[in-house]
Amino acid sequence: MNRGVELRDHQRELYYFQLRLAIVGGAVLFAFFVLLMRFFYVQVIQHDYYHTLAEQNRIFIVPVVPNRGLILDRNGVVLAHNFAAYTLEITPTLIGDLEKTINDLSGLVEITPKDRKRFQKLLEEGHDFASIPIRTRLNDEEVARFAVSNYRYPGVEINARLFRHYPNGEIASHVVGYIGRISDKDVDHLRDQGTAANYSASDYIGKVGLEQRYENELRGVTGYEHVETDANGKSVRTLRSILPVSGNNLMLALDAKLQHVAEQAFGEHRGSLVAIEPSTGGVLALVSRPGFDPNLFVEGIDPQNWDALNNSPDHPLNNRALQGVYPPGSTFKPFMALAGLELGKRKPGFTISDPGYFVLTGGGGHIYRDWKAGGHGLVDLHKAIVQSCDTYFYGLAQDLGIDAIHQFIKRFGFGQMTGIDIEGEVDGLLPSQEWKQRRFQQKWFVGDTISIGVGQGYTLTTPLQLAFATAILANDGRVFRPHLVKQIQDSQTDALTIIEPQPRAVLPLSVENIKQVRDAMIDVTRPGGTAGWAGMNAKYLFAGKTGTAQVIGMKGQKYDEKNINERHRDHALFIAYAPADDPKIALAILVENGGHGGSTAAPIARQVLDYYLLGKEPPPPKPAVAKPAVPQEEQEND
Amino acid sequence: MINRLLAYLVKHIDRYLMGLVTVLLIMGLITLFSASGESFERVTGQIINICAALTVMWIAANVPLHFLSRIALPLYVVGLLLLVGVAVAGEVVNGARRWLNLGFTRIQPSELMKIAVPLLLAWYFDRYEAILKMRDFAVGAVLVILPVLLIARQPDLGTALLVSAAGFYVLFLAGLSWKILVTLGILGGASLPFLWSMLHEYQRQRVLTLLDPSQDPLGSGYHTIQSTIALGSGGFLGKGWLNGTQAHLDFLPERTTDFIFAVYAEEFGMIGNLVLMVLFLLVIGRGLVIAANAPTLFTRLLAGAITLTFFTYAFVNMGMVSGILPVVGVPLPLISYGGTSLVTILFGVGLLMSIHTHRRLVQT
Repeated sequence: MNRGVELRDHQRELYYFQLRLAIVGGAVLFAFFVLLMRFFYVQVIQHDYYHTLAEQNRIFIVPVVPNRGLILDRNGVVLAHNFAAYTLEITPTLIGDLEKTINDLSGLVEITPKDRKRFQKLLEEGHDFASIPIRTRLNDEEVARFAVSNYRYPGVEINARLFRHYPNGEIASHVVGYIGRISDKDVDHLRDQGTAANYSASDYIGKVGLEQRYENELRGVTGYEHVETDANGKSVRTLRSILPVSGNNLMLALDAKLQHVAEQAFGEHRGSLVAIEPSTGGVLALVSRPGFDPNLFVEGIDPQNWDALNNSPDHPLNNRALQGVYPPGSTFKPFMALAGLELGKRKPGFTISDPGYFVLTGGGGHIYRDWKAGGHGLVDLHKAIVQSCDTYFYGLAQDLGIDAIHQFIKRFGFGQMTGIDIEGEVDGLLPSQEWKQRRFQQKWFVGDTISIGVGQGYTLTTPLQLAFATAILANDGRVFRPHLVKQIQDSQTDALTIIEPQPRAVLPLSVENIKQVRDAMIDVTRPGGTAGWAGMNAKYLFAGKTGTAQVIGMKGQKYDEKNINERHRDHALFIAYAPADDPKIALAILVENGGHGGSTAAPIARQVLDYYLLGKEPPPPKPAVAKPAVPQEEQEND
Repeated sequence: MINRLLAYLVKHIDRYLMGLVTVLLIMGLITLFSASGESFERVTGQIINICAALTVMWIAANVPLHFLSRIALPLYVVGLLLLVGVAVAGEVVNGARRWLNLGFTRIQPSELMKIAVPLLLAWYFDRYEAILKMRDFAVGAVLVILPVLLIARQPDLGTALLVSAAGFYVLFLAGLSWKILVTLGILGGASLPFLWSMLHEYQRQRVLTLLDPSQDPLGSGYHTIQSTIALGSGGFLGKGWLNGTQAHLDFLPERTTDFIFAVYAEEFGMIGNLVLMVLFLLVIGRGLVIAANAPTLFTRLLAGAITLTFFTYAFVNMGMVSGILPVVGVPLPLISYGGTSLVTILFGVGLLMSIHTHRRLVQT
């Protein structure tokens, strides 16, 4: 009995054990099934995802920044180039205590307060850059010193980078412009353009001037290296590399030496000069004074220099040649004279008697004064230009009427952008009936027309427009778009692309009429002309016209140069071209608060022309420009 | 003569298990060669480990069963004492107190408990075979919990897990009633917050990391993320032997030991995983068959527990590498580099062989 029970127990024991074993076996199968499902999910369904992650793990795409194209003047003088230098860079996201790190670093390499401020500024601008430079242009010793203790500063590294450099500093700074660190705005712009990828790992972009306008030429194409790296970020090998394509070189129409001579000629004066080659439209010089050193901007300008430039009352950052608008004053007269001849309102021999003022007939007898109190006596077209007789042009303006003036003068480019190849140009103003109605909801009065005749009233031009118009005049009516870049040299093939050699238009002007105006302009620079002193003994035919533009209305007071705030003095203007029989250069000059065109602006033109046509070096610059003694009778004051 | 010697040598060797173990060991060496960056030194070292472990297996296979049941209690007691010794005077390596320096050699007593605990419990239940009471299970539970607590304190979560699993398997196979199992399950769930507070910071971190590895991608989540990437990028067919980029470019941590499966899965793909799982299943299946046919309760429980511990090794390791289990230090059996775990596992396999080959002697 006992034995039986024991046996049954034993059997049952075994049965239960094997049952449990079976349950366990099922659990094992189930567990492995779960694993299998997990493998299937990770290795089959999500394979692509993990494959990408593994590739990202191991392959780093390192952009290779292309060499930026050079900017050269017409004779091959380098205006912008690149050089390699070491920078010490900090990746802020990898650093806990920035202040402490920078302090520690300053024990190894010199870090000036300026460097700190610039770093702070770049940091606040908060771009998504990986690293921000704290010091640039480290010398070999500093590089070595940091390299030794590099391991103590994770997040700080030394990089060899290409820097843009402007070897001529201030010279042609407004033309060449500068590059600067890419801002958020630039990034948006690049995204819109669809070229953002070409800027990966590159911190710089053209900001102003040619650097900005020709960004796409100068930039080049970013290359890439696919580098296999291990978990420590050490590169194991380069799998594939696409070489960068260097940017194209710009060859300018500009003559750097001429530019330098022109800038020197301004001395301490503010103002602008634009010189154009009439037969091509190539800009030989484009001056805006004062200038600035574009090198300050390359690595991010420090706040101190920025404030100095930005808040200066002289506005050195403004490109006066394109952005400054001034009344053309008497430099407008040759164009008025041509209008009178072309439209048959004046014959060369037609003479008026100038009492020193003009009375507007039918305008309520309103009187317009000539700059010369006693008048110029008997005045024909030639004398009107040579002596800059206002009375003659008051009458001419009335006879022509605003519509005809607007129609004719417009074709010389007044009141419109010239289309020069840098940004920022403004269009100035050539008034018309329609304009006045739109602007002031007022009809045009005959009285408005009279002062237009002498380049006053509403008329506003930029120095560039004035030079452009002068070039058209010099070139017998052939119009070439002013351009700074003459050729673009392809970095790969060295092939040259020549920019716009064809004339844009030819104005139908009579050769005889142009000759009339030209002859008068030649006599302007001869004794008896308003620029007679400046043109003395010129070894070439020198055609010019002086001008003066009022800064503030004098309201019946007598204009007294000596007792007036320097900034309220008149602007001096001068237009010229030479040699008049075969013009090689046409220019316009504006000297802010320079007083008389004949005394301040014309001498600048003489230096520029002497250098360009004769190769004559100007005298070394004097600390302050001494006012030349100008014979009283040659001064004009309209 | 030679034939007789050979016959003597293989007399207690189970052909099925021996074949499977050999295939797995060879696969392990092949994977190790790749994982170690093609280091012959590492492979040679592992071959020496294998030789030592196979010797231990052979000895275990030849140990008569009655001897085993006789050493169960002394082995457990010695193991427990050594664990106490570790707690008092153990050497600290990598922040954990696991090793005991005996002067001539260093040992890891927790490793011994992986065998000693199931051995003792099987012996204990075998002694009271006829009258299994609640009290016996309670005693059994205490016998498991004592060493597990000591090991968990070292801290060594992986080993604690394996030892408690081994103990639990014996309890379960011995017939622990379902009522208790369910109750324990509920109690266990309820005590989770308490256990949580008992865990070390890095252990908690591992659990949290499992739930969201991306939370700390460079810290504790790094292992899981990188091993999952290795697995996933391997795809269905794998990248091919020696071509795993995750492994060869240093992205995989511990890639010759606990994470060797990631290397294997990256290079051999899901197909390779399938092969490996089938081999493991065959080992487990063979072990369960041996358990089912074992002559006594002692051997049945022992064989079942050893087999299921082997399963636990494989499952926990593959689960952790593929990102469904927290990272605990459990090697992939027969594949991972390392002598200690290899000896323990092959010792267990040897015991299985012994149980199988000695059963007739007992029955007759």
